[in-house]
Amino acid sequence: MTVLFSVFLLTLLVITAIAAVQSRNLFVSVMLLGIFSLLIAANFLLLDAADVALTEAAVGAGISTVLFLGALALTFEREHRPTPHRWLSLAVVFAATLVVLYATFDKPKFGDPGAPVQVHVAPWYIEKTPEVIDVPNIVTAVLASFRGYDTLGEVFVVFTAGIGVLFLLSASHGHAAQRRPDNGDESKIGLRNDLIPRVVGRLLVPFILLFGLYVQFHGDYGPGGGFQAGALIAAAVILFALVEGEERTLEAIPRGALLALMVSGAMLYGLVGVAGIFLGGEFLNYSVLADDPIAGQHLGIILIEAGVGLTVTGVLLSIFHAFAARDRF
Amino acid sequence: MQAVLDIISWLLLTAGGAFVLVGGIGALRMPNLYTRMHAASVTDTVGAILVLGGIMLQAGLTLATIKLAAILLFLLITSPTASYALANAAMIAGVKPEAGRAPDTEHDS
Repeated sequence: MTVLFSVFLLTLLVITAIAAVQSRNLFVSVMLLGIFSLLIAANFLLLDAADVALTEAAVGAGISTVLFLGALALTFEREHRPTPHRWLSLAVVFAATLVVLYATFDKPKFGDPGAPVQVHVAPWYIEKTPEVIDVPNIVTAVLASFRGYDTLGEVFVVFTAGIGVLFLLSASHGHAAQRRPDNGDESKIGLRNDLIPRVVGRLLVPFILLFGLYVQFHGDYGPGGGFQAGALIAAAVILFALVEGEERTLEAIPRGALLALMVSGAMLYGLVGVAGIFLGGEFLNYSVLADDPIAGQHLGIILIEAGVGLTVTGVLLSIFHAFAARDRF
Repeated sequence: MQAVLDIISWLLLTAGGAFVLVGGIGALRMPNLYTRMHAASVTDTVGAILVLGGIMLQAGLTLATIKLAAILLFLLITSPTASYALANAAMIAGVKPEAGRAPDTEHDS
């Protein structure tokens, strides 16, 4: 039954992907990509990967759709005519597809208990997590503690991406020229004159923030953690910006505060690692942070998840404001 | 008792599925944007109530039911708002509601 449903979802996924590529209207493509993310999130959930599903739904279907729309507002809604090398592209894609198909023959069967992914380090994580780290969500234990280096890398990738986007979007014009003329056009005041979405949006923002904080601090016990929470909190602020206008959002959370969030999150993660060294352990070894190694692990995980959440929120909101503040390329 | 709950739950789920199907067919077959939206919005109001109600009966009196009720509450607030915002945006963009088959330029695909 699960396999049948998976196959159904994956078929829809392929159809959505082809439709998104085929569509000449980029607005339609963006909407289809949102549906694509939601479908793949449902598929992750079927495979019991709730953490990944939550991230995909929040980032893929939520934030990236808004960012795509922001990019479309700056550029064009229609795709340009394709370049003349269509047959070459087709040949390359065809060859790559054949290689990928050939590679799938070597993969273990779906759900095979003898597959390398099941017998390599996964049993060790499942066995050691209760005794070394003692959090119910093994995904969080792996992500934050066992593979803390990888997650540190991810946070810095997010950080670097945010810096890169900010550089690109504020490159050609000066800081003053970047801002739209303040003539009270509709894009600036958001939906302030539109009663129903405004009331509902304002009603929802606190609940989304609350849910974001729940996901942030409940990550040890259930699906969630810094990445998902950061995306949710950023989504709440973006919703506020959509209904109340960008000005008022920047009054509440200025650009400087967003940059501070970005930097402080990454710094917090790094400092927790360095604190481990000074307290006599290794970099990112949380066991030495408290007298009891398990309490130290819990403290370390909460701190670095907070760092992840801060950086992700700061980066996503900075990118959103960078798009919203631009008039044209 | 359990059997009765099961039967009611399956009836709700089937009815919900039927409404979602009708909404989907309507979204494809209706002549213009507003009637299509009207058909599609059945999916996330009546469809959602029936399907989530059916799942709640399956879950019984557990934490899952409370979560489902919260989801239903938020869906019932957000979905009609989304439909309203869509209709409003179409209105501002100059799509006139009119009876009968509208010209093809109205829906941009």
